[in-house]
Amino acid sequence: MPKLFVMLSLLCVASAVLAASPMGFDEARELLNRTSFAASVDDINAFARLSRAQAVDRLLAGTDKNSVVSTPAPAWVNTFESPRRVRLLSEEERKQFRREQLQKGVELRSWWMTEMLTTPSPLTEKMVLFWHNHFVSSLQKVRSPVLMYRQNLLLRKHAFGYFGDLLHEVAKDPAMVVYLDSASNRKGQPNENFAREVMELFTLGEGNYGEQDIKEVARAFTGWSIDPDRGEFVFRSAVHDEGVKTVLGRSGEFDGDAVLDILLAQPQTAELIVTKLWREFVSPNPDAAEVKRIARMFRDNRYNIKVALRALLVSDAFYAPQNRAALIKSPVELIVGTLRQFRFETGEMTPFLFVSRQLGQDLFAPPNVKGWPGGEAWINSATLLARKQLLESLFRAREMRPTPVAMNGETDNVKAGDNVSGSGKPGIDSRQRFARAMMDINFDGDKWLSQFRPGDPVLKVVLASEPVSAPVAGVTGIDLVRQMVLDPAYQLK
Amino acid sequence: MDRREFLTAIGGAAAIAGMPQFALAGPPGRYDNLLVLVELKGGNDGLNTVVPYADMEYYSLRPRIAIARDQVLQLDASSGLHPSLQPLMTLWQNHELAVVQSVGYPGANLSHFRSIEIWDTASKSSEYLHDGWLARAFADSPVPKSYAADGVVVGSSEMGPLAGGSTRALALSNTEQFLRQSRLASTEGTSRNAALNHLLKVEHDVKQAASTLNANYTFRAEFPNHQLGNAMKTAAQVIASKAGVAAVKVSHNGFDTHSNQRGTQERLLKELAEGLIAMRSAMQEIGRWDSTLMMTYCEFGRRPKENQSAGTDHGTANAHFVLGGRVKGGLYGSPPALSRLDGNGNLPFGVDFRDLYSTALDRWWGVNSVVALNGRFAPVDLIRA
Repeated sequence: MPKLFVMLSLLCVASAVLAASPMGFDEARELLNRTSFAASVDDINAFARLSRAQAVDRLLAGTDKNSVVSTPAPAWVNTFESPRRVRLLSEEERKQFRREQLQKGVELRSWWMTEMLTTPSPLTEKMVLFWHNHFVSSLQKVRSPVLMYRQNLLLRKHAFGYFGDLLHEVAKDPAMVVYLDSASNRKGQPNENFAREVMELFTLGEGNYGEQDIKEVARAFTGWSIDPDRGEFVFRSAVHDEGVKTVLGRSGEFDGDAVLDILLAQPQTAELIVTKLWREFVSPNPDAAEVKRIARMFRDNRYNIKVALRALLVSDAFYAPQNRAALIKSPVELIVGTLRQFRFETGEMTPFLFVSRQLGQDLFAPPNVKGWPGGEAWINSATLLARKQLLESLFRAREMRPTPVAMNGETDNVKAGDNVSGSGKPGIDSRQRFARAMMDINFDGDKWLSQFRPGDPVLKVVLASEPVSAPVAGVTGIDLVRQMVLDPAYQLK
Repeated sequence: MDRREFLTAIGGAAAIAGMPQFALAGPPGRYDNLLVLVELKGGNDGLNTVVPYADMEYYSLRPRIAIARDQVLQLDASSGLHPSLQPLMTLWQNHELAVVQSVGYPGANLSHFRSIEIWDTASKSSEYLHDGWLARAFADSPVPKSYAADGVVVGSSEMGPLAGGSTRALALSNTEQFLRQSRLASTEGTSRNAALNHLLKVEHDVKQAASTLNANYTFRAEFPNHQLGNAMKTAAQVIASKAGVAAVKVSHNGFDTHSNQRGTQERLLKELAEGLIAMRSAMQEIGRWDSTLMMTYCEFGRRPKENQSAGTDHGTANAHFVLGGRVKGGLYGSPPALSRLDGNGNLPFGVDFRDLYSTALDRWWGVNSVVALNGRFAPVDLIRA
């Protein structure tokens, strides 16, 4: 007996030691690349000295400034464009209004992408994007850049907070109200859109409720509407169905908030969220037992999102060899990751917004309420080609510098940062601005390479796995970098 | 995926299905003549490629990186080739190599992106066009429907001059690399990373569809085993297939020699010469060197004065090669005017690059270049009638 006791104690000590031991380069690389778009060799080395727990805690601590966005928001975000006022405009004024709204959409996307590029806490942006893809609304339907901006702030506010709070507030978010037709949902005239999606996509998941539940839930949410002049949530009691509803076997005079609490009480809700987080951060195939374990922790901690995320990021599954390079980079990850990794300096975001849309991910405009499916869906013959085109054009040169004034003193009419609203600058078209934005891209290959000391694993910093094609002998420096980013392995994280 | 879907899926940024309904009567082009464009990505340094070895100014501008007079392969009393281009001397002696100097355009732009866009779209430096010059040419004078594609891009995903419009263009990577990758995709079953498998499968599908073009012809001619050599081999196989193409674009990368230019350019030019020679041998083997015209191009030349890092910065006018069985070998254009550098220290141009394009369009294919080039340009008289 004593021998067994000693052996068991030794085993416990051993695994405790392992859990607290430095994570090493490979694990640090995995952690940082999956949470931060890209990582430098210095960052990886710094985290390599930490244990998994310390590393993840450090990362999560860095998100505490998540509601502070360093990129200045566009000037118009505080002015809601009331549709009532728009209806009073002349035909010509309406055309102008539509042009301005389009331009605002570009500025909104530019704002977010700029933040992704420059933020010291990329994990914050990853999570805001995660929630944007969960609580989907699209500018295409919502039509108001102001409301989409406000939704973004809301997602940001709760990104690492309590899922229950997030759910309650998103349900009342004006952009969401518009997107899921909540305002059309009235006593006697139910619109089931929100009810269906809140159960199917936001909380329980398919198969965990019935059609009758949807009808009853819709009744509970009647009266949820928005004030068309201020673009703010308003509850219209006159059209609210006050009767008794039966949802998932429970009965009562539920309103929307009460129903949300019922949904939050179901274990499937926590499992749905953890499953999605798994697919985002760990692998395409969630481990059912692990999901249940982490979902229980999630629920037991009042749906504290940080708790769930932490559990995933310290799990053995996250670092398991078979899960290395098991995920495909989304368009935003590819673009932002490449620009961050290689320290590109950029002008306007428009070329990158264009490419991101071409690759299938238009910020603020997921294709439908299910969001971007992600994973292998990102890659088909057209998008793979477009990804390679982007990388080839970014790495065409050893370096790119912002273009000086052309030879004979003539400049292109637009400089980066010029306010081109269409007024007072005849002949400026978006093509020109696009070209100008491309010319503002600044990349210094030699400088990027100089961060590495002899013996540093350059390949490992850039690639999540061994390259598919062996590097050609004798190729070094930036030519080697170019080969790495054009290797299929670069598409993986 | 059938071939039409495949062409649609990867036929450039503005993928359009099939041929335009409005295919108007330009006269049919002599597209049995093939154009092979060789892009020297990054901007090759023309001054060290076609060396003005008798010009003392050259040596005073480049104390560290100039090519020594006794190493230059003489073409005439004032110009010679970089020693790495030794394999091209056979062509020079056969009068199949035209060396065109001082190629550029007015209002030269020094940005990689913008300048290559100007070359690819044959635009003025102040205008912004979407479509490649070949796309416009093929829209005006269509390539026969029986051809497998209008143009093929090998070794790159950038369509360049073939971009846009309703061009039927394909991007093919390096055959060898595909074969290796597709083997990886099919073996090792379940232990294989599913995401990687998917990536490789998509690439493989592209290649499979493209293999209708690829006769897998086995050339006796040997191709050098580097990236350009492999791309030339793939291009040659595409050309050898019975289905035709009008134009092929092959890219060689790495010419942006901001530092330590000597070693890099030595290797790149050697690879270029080897690739060009191998392509020539292959075309001769299938009896079509006389119906092939090869032309180099790139975004710009480089600054005459060397920089602090034994390299060169972006420049303007450049030297380019045109080769083929019916080329009138010789030197064209004027030698680099090193005494007439502009305010940025860059060379003036003599031959507009669109003159070279017009040579391909008007003289080689016999199509109307005015539409494709948005103007009238003077072909360089380097093709034998």
